[in-house]
Amino acid sequence: MITLSNIRKVYNAGRPNEFTAIRDVSLELEPNKTTVLKGPSGSGKTTLLSMLGCMTRPTAGRILLGQREITSLPEKFLAEIRRSTFGFIFQQLNLIRGITVLENVMLPAYPTGERRSEVVARAMALLDLCNLSHKAEARVEWLSGGEAQRAAIARALINGPAIIICDEPTAHLDTALSLEFMETMKRLRDDGKTILIASHDPLVNDSDAVDRIVEIRDGRLVPPKACA
Amino acid sequence: MILHPGVISLLIGSLLVTIMLCYSAYEGAIIARDWDINSGSERQLGLERKTYLVSTMMTYAMGFQLLSLFLFIATTDALSHLFIGAMCAAGSLNVNAFGYPTMLLKLANFVLGGIWLIVNAADNRGYDYPLIRIKYILLICLSPLLLTETLLQGFYLLNLSPNLITSCCSVIFAEDSRSFAAGLATLPRQPAQLAFILSAAAVLVLGIRFLRWRKGAVLFALAVLAFFAVSLASIVSFVSLYIYELPTHHCPFCILHAEYGYIGYPLYLTLLLGTISGTGVGALAPFGGIASLAAILPSIQRRLTLLTLLCFLVFLLLTGASIGLSNLDLSAY
Amino acid sequence: MSLIEKHRNIIDYTLSSLGRRKGKTFAVCLVYSFIIFLLASVVFFTQAIKREADLLLREAPEMTVQRLEAGRQTTVPAAYADGIGRIRGVQSVQKRLWGYYFDSLTGANYTVMVNASLNGREGQAIVGSGVLLRGAAEGESRKIQAGDSLPVKTYRGEALMLKVAGILPFASELETADLIQVSERDYRDIFNAEAGRYTDLALQVRNRKELATIATKIVRQYPDTRPILREDILRTYDAIFDWRGGLSIMTMAGALFAFIILAWDKATGLSAEEKKEIGILKAIGWETGDILQVKFWEGVSVSLTSFSIGIFAAYLHVFVGSSLLFEPVLKGWSVLYPDFRLTPHIDAYQLVSLLFITVLPYTVATIIPSWRSATIDPDSVMRA
Repeated sequence: MITLSNIRKVYNAGRPNEFTAIRDVSLELEPNKTTVLKGPSGSGKTTLLSMLGCMTRPTAGRILLGQREITSLPEKFLAEIRRSTFGFIFQQLNLIRGITVLENVMLPAYPTGERRSEVVARAMALLDLCNLSHKAEARVEWLSGGEAQRAAIARALINGPAIIICDEPTAHLDTALSLEFMETMKRLRDDGKTILIASHDPLVNDSDAVDRIVEIRDGRLVPPKACA
Repeated sequence: MILHPGVISLLIGSLLVTIMLCYSAYEGAIIARDWDINSGSERQLGLERKTYLVSTMMTYAMGFQLLSLFLFIATTDALSHLFIGAMCAAGSLNVNAFGYPTMLLKLANFVLGGIWLIVNAADNRGYDYPLIRIKYILLICLSPLLLTETLLQGFYLLNLSPNLITSCCSVIFAEDSRSFAAGLATLPRQPAQLAFILSAAAVLVLGIRFLRWRKGAVLFALAVLAFFAVSLASIVSFVSLYIYELPTHHCPFCILHAEYGYIGYPLYLTLLLGTISGTGVGALAPFGGIASLAAILPSIQRRLTLLTLLCFLVFLLLTGASIGLSNLDLSAY
Repeated sequence: MSLIEKHRNIIDYTLSSLGRRKGKTFAVCLVYSFIIFLLASVVFFTQAIKREADLLLREAPEMTVQRLEAGRQTTVPAAYADGIGRIRGVQSVQKRLWGYYFDSLTGANYTVMVNASLNGREGQAIVGSGVLLRGAAEGESRKIQAGDSLPVKTYRGEALMLKVAGILPFASELETADLIQVSERDYRDIFNAEAGRYTDLALQVRNRKELATIATKIVRQYPDTRPILREDILRTYDAIFDWRGGLSIMTMAGALFAFIILAWDKATGLSAEEKKEIGILKAIGWETGDILQVKFWEGVSVSLTSFSIGIFAAYLHVFVGSSLLFEPVLKGWSVLYPDFRLTPHIDAYQLVSLLFITVLPYTVATIIPSWRSATIDPDSVMRA
């Protein structure tokens, strides 16, 4: 599904504060599986995740999405792929304050130019699925932690993505909500989605919803045998 | 110099457009030099982002340019009574040697800028920006023209002073004077009408041919350019006569006046828009072989062709209506 | 179809985003509208007063002949009128008597003119609607009405009571508002004007094309005269008013410049909240071009709102509020008229000029900052 070969990412190249976040990472992610990127903060998980999610381009190496080479695509086309192929759930949730839950969920569909009525219908169905339809017209700042988490999931699903990317999704959740979140991820995987989670939360790593754990440290993959 | 609000607006406008274009050309030169689509470096990302800035600036600049073309004519028109003998823009433009060159250059720059925007739009849809070097080199070629326009306009406006003796449009476009403009006016009417109809027919036939068989894009663009030139000449030669209902008044500017229902604005707007989109079809033709554009170009060209035909149709209908509804009977002259 | 839908969505988002930053949006709109209001007032006023002058002069004679003495205008002997009347092409010569009168009671300046129809009706006057009367009892000025008695001080210092026989009909305010028409004898009484001498001569000619020839003949016959053509006056007025208007605009360019700096500052000084918002949008799949469109619509709505408010306020100011702020600068002839309203008139040309002077610099000033905010890294939200 996604193939990385010899990926390198250098920030601030050529400047005194140059640093290499990812060195020579090659990785293959299978479809319809839940993969966890595990590693301490600063290990390069987030950078790797943002390259996988078409947010940044690698400095060197190649990324294949299916059969399509996306390494050297201009930002504009990456945005298009990001919009249609990926759903994102962030550590800070990143819901936009001041607008309603429904509008937040619909935001990723705005640039697609779909009919508004269709997007609203789909968003309402998703909110229904997440038990949030009664809060559709509420502003996001009035939501509880769990509700906000579910709104973020609904937003990630609005464009019907094949791959869900989560960055430290349980960092701000208590145990019960974390477990609920992993339950949801399991259900999504069973629905045919590919799930990619960056986390160092043992609760995530030990979950039976996870199919594969990839450990990363100092920008390199840790060979599986070493962590056995 | 005349400190008229319109004059100030024009000077501010062209100054801003020139600054934007020069800046765009400068950034364009850097992009054309350093562009490397295969690089994942931050430098390349920076250049990619700069292309957005250049496109945005050029789009705004073109919008202002269109407004300023009409504002320029309206201003010279409004100032005309300050000059003895001038009764509309035709007279004011003749006050000094810079008037007509400024206007013609404004017209040319507007059309060229429009074509650039079309090339730019096509390039932005190809995933590897295949035309990036070509379009920025074109942009660099365009900037001296615009700079010249700004200078000419500056000279024209700064050299205006009330009370200069000038000629009115009826003298400039009178049939017995020997200028180029008068040459247009004295074009024998029947051949002019024939040329008008023939070029319109050529645009239509070639346009439909291109739509059906995707052939002859360049030929279509040439026909569009010919139609543009013939139409401008026709307005001076015979269309204006019907609008004014005067057998001797050949002015291309008075049709912008309220007395004639501002008919000149839709006429010139449709003609200009159609010309830009029509020449755009031809301008894109050489790039049909590029892999990343092969799938996109036909639909762009198709839409542009349809737009051209639509614009010219409106133009022809308006022209036809002005002639048909006119009380002037030229058969007596 | 989908393009329209996309724009609709983006406009929707833009408006809600502007609404969420009411304070900032309001501050920019306020300053922006004020600048547009100032500039539009100048433009409207200049145009309106030019139109008034135009109306005034349309009634004016095609040619006026004055006599100069030591380079200053002086009275014309009646014999000149007879001589000029005999020049071929001159249709009629009208001997005119007029002057300015300062009314110390109300502090206003009036134009006093002889109206031949009042000859034989001495002691009566026809006045313009702007003439004031200072009531002795009330101690304050009020508008004059038919039947009132208007006291006028003659050159000897005596008071001459003029009975107001009528109010001039409204045609152009500039023309009639300050006018007092009297009989010839009253005129000569008030100003001590020598009999047989006139202020100037007004000529009608048969053919407008001969104006220049006739003027030459007049000067040849009476070298101490100065013929003035109506077209010349019109041109001069126009040039003067345009000049004044333009000068005021140039002065205000300072204000405009300050505003542009404010706009720049507003656009570059993105709050952390806004930056985060754009980062989120980009992360969830919005493209740089989409954000630029948001910024475009933001500019359009701010400019459009401010432009309408500014234009509307300027309209009220100039045509209803008598241009309180600019009258002294722009009008500049005689003293203020007590009550002076310009005929409302706005055209597309004025609006486009104003658009160029105000919206254009604002837009250009916001391009680079908008672009800068639109190119925030999409992964910035993850790195935060």
